Amino acid sequence: MIRNHILICGGTGCTSSGSHSIMEALNTELKKNNLQDEVKVVMTGCFGLCALGPIMIVYPEGSFYSRIDASAIPEIVSEHIIKGRIVKKYLYSEVAEMEEKGVHASLNDTKFYKKQKRVALRNCGVINPEIIDEYIAYDGYQALGKVLTEMTPAEVIQCIKDSGLRGRGGGGFPTGLKWDLASRTKADVKYVCCNADEGDPGAFMDRSILEGDPHAVIEAMAIAAYAVGACKGFVYIRAEYPIAVNRLQIAINQAREYGLLGNDIFGTGFNFDMEIRLGAGAFVCGEETALMTSIEGNRGEPRPRPPFPSEKGIFGIPTMNCNVETYANVPQIILNGADWFGSMGTEKSKGTKVFALGGKITNTGLVEIPMGTTLREVIEDIGGGIPNGKKFKAAQTGGPSGGCIPASLIDTPIDYDNLIAIGSMMGSGGLIVMDEDNCMVDIAKFFLEFTVDESCGKCTPCRIGTKRMLEYLEKITSGKATMQDLDDLEELCYYIKANSLCGLGQTAPNPVLSTLRYFRDEYEAHILEKRCPAGVCKDLMRYEITDACKGCTLCARNCPVNAISGTVKNMHTIDQNKCIKCGVCVSKCKFKAIIRK
Amino acid sequence: MKSLAELQAIKEKMQNKVNLRASEDDNTVRVVVGMATCGIAAGARPVLNAFLKEIEDRHLGNVICTQTGCIGICQYEPVVEVITPDGTKTTYVKMNEDKVAKVVTEHIVNNKVVQDFTIGAYQK
Repeated sequence: MIRNHILICGGTGCTSSGSHSIMEALNTELKKNNLQDEVKVVMTGCFGLCALGPIMIVYPEGSFYSRIDASAIPEIVSEHIIKGRIVKKYLYSEVAEMEEKGVHASLNDTKFYKKQKRVALRNCGVINPEIIDEYIAYDGYQALGKVLTEMTPAEVIQCIKDSGLRGRGGGGFPTGLKWDLASRTKADVKYVCCNADEGDPGAFMDRSILEGDPHAVIEAMAIAAYAVGACKGFVYIRAEYPIAVNRLQIAINQAREYGLLGNDIFGTGFNFDMEIRLGAGAFVCGEETALMTSIEGNRGEPRPRPPFPSEKGIFGIPTMNCNVETYANVPQIILNGADWFGSMGTEKSKGTKVFALGGKITNTGLVEIPMGTTLREVIEDIGGGIPNGKKFKAAQTGGPSGGCIPASLIDTPIDYDNLIAIGSMMGSGGLIVMDEDNCMVDIAKFFLEFTVDESCGKCTPCRIGTKRMLEYLEKITSGKATMQDLDDLEELCYYIKANSLCGLGQTAPNPVLSTLRYFRDEYEAHILEKRCPAGVCKDLMRYEITDACKGCTLCARNCPVNAISGTVKNMHTIDQNKCIKCGVCVSKCKFKAIIRK
Repeated sequence: MKSLAELQAIKEKMQNKVNLRASEDDNTVRVVVGMATCGIAAGARPVLNAFLKEIEDRHLGNVICTQTGCIGICQYEPVVEVITPDGTKTTYVKMNEDKVAKVVTEHIVNNKVVQDFTIGAYQK
């Protein structure tokens, strides 16, 4: 008899912090104590609290162990598994505190999970993604069964329309309408496609869904195929996601074996099969026409629309393309109804959204919140605030296509339309938190460097325009720019937005425009005062030694480029031409005699 | 998969196997088995297994069965505590596999304490 289930996170984050060695240690230790038939060890998808990985949960108690390593395993087995005494020192601190007070705390009581609502991530961290039976135990493939046996394609489309689901890849196009348009195209063969080419720096929700619950995407694609009249599906996923690719392939194989993919599914005469296409990691391939060009085996470049993919898609065949997270919501909408889904979120943005929380935040990880949750709740409650007592400055959403939300707008409820209104966008869901030490011009420069690298070069506004924008930004951060440059930069932004061929170029100026909108004073400080207020831009910084110097020589001995000179007990000086502004001298000085200007 | 019935069969077969992973809620009955050295020596492990089997056979989704350390009354081991959703704790002593079925049917399913097995009955 199985009396304990031990769930270990097998997401990319926890895998890289060593969850596989924990799994091995656990299996060895259980065997040693002859418990292998009483305790089941399960490798799951992402729990979300990546900052505290590797994560392990022991059921039925639901004890949440965090940041464990293999050396803790013998103690956990002998104490917890054999004697039933939870090893408090390895518990997640918030849970441990509650246990200490005698309150039995489950995961859902913690601040990180309390305000979350898991729909797309509902099976992540619960099931073993490599075993189809576990997915079935949690209502897996029930929605597909319901759709094929009880609903017409038109009813399925109506249900998705009524739910208010919008594309989770960032654009926010109504999914029901997309399916409707695709179903109206008259063709013998149609395709459905899943966009898993998640390329925004800092975003990893699609990867986590495919790693933790791949069958949900397969099931949803089959439902979509039935609704629009397609018989074949493609998943375009980047090769940099080896765990996701592997688990998705295992899931496809298992679904085929069970006859959930293939011919005559559930004896209804419906045929559907799918295959994986690997992308080489080009950001532009997340744009749907470039994605389709890449699937065809060509260089990933966008093509003009119209014709829209719903008329002429992959290999010229009508294609309906949705994002991973959009698909992951579909089975739940079918099973629980459009009204259930519509009950979550705001008027025009229904349901939940997964965000990858990163940057200057305590709980780095994956969170799923109802639309309309404020940024403050995400950062202060779920995210656990900014570390080291620093002040929140801005949050960046939507990656290189998005913009930033300044501290003054922290109470904005997050949904598609609110974010657009304040000059940012939902994007695929990367949420990067910045504190007072971040220079906003530098952030804009970072994203522009990314866009310049990733521009495919097909259209001139994007290829040359983004390069010129970056040059302006470099001029500003090195203190060589004039106010005329700032005006020219802004004009160029609007020109690129209006004239680029695809979404990559049309949105590339957003990081500049939104930082200009909220932090123009920082740009002006760089240009007029030749000063970087956050102290990030190295060219605008200088270190100087004040007369508090005791002549201890510590700074001179630690300077990596020998820029500091002086003799014992005499004040030292820094040679500004040699100084590389690394800041080592400041951190070494015991008398606070070195200042940054 | 040629019919929904096949899917349903897999679901039912598997559901019992993943029930352990449910979080506790207000309706959960907790069965706590003392599994310190004394408990294990007195035969707590077969008792724990018997509980798990009964719970699974009867498809009781609202019961979690867990172990704890020494409850402190070693002479009465194996000791089992049943905590019902209202917070009432009943302590059963000198348990064995045969007694388990009765505790499950009478106490957990029908909410009637099996007086004969409780610590109160033994201490008289």
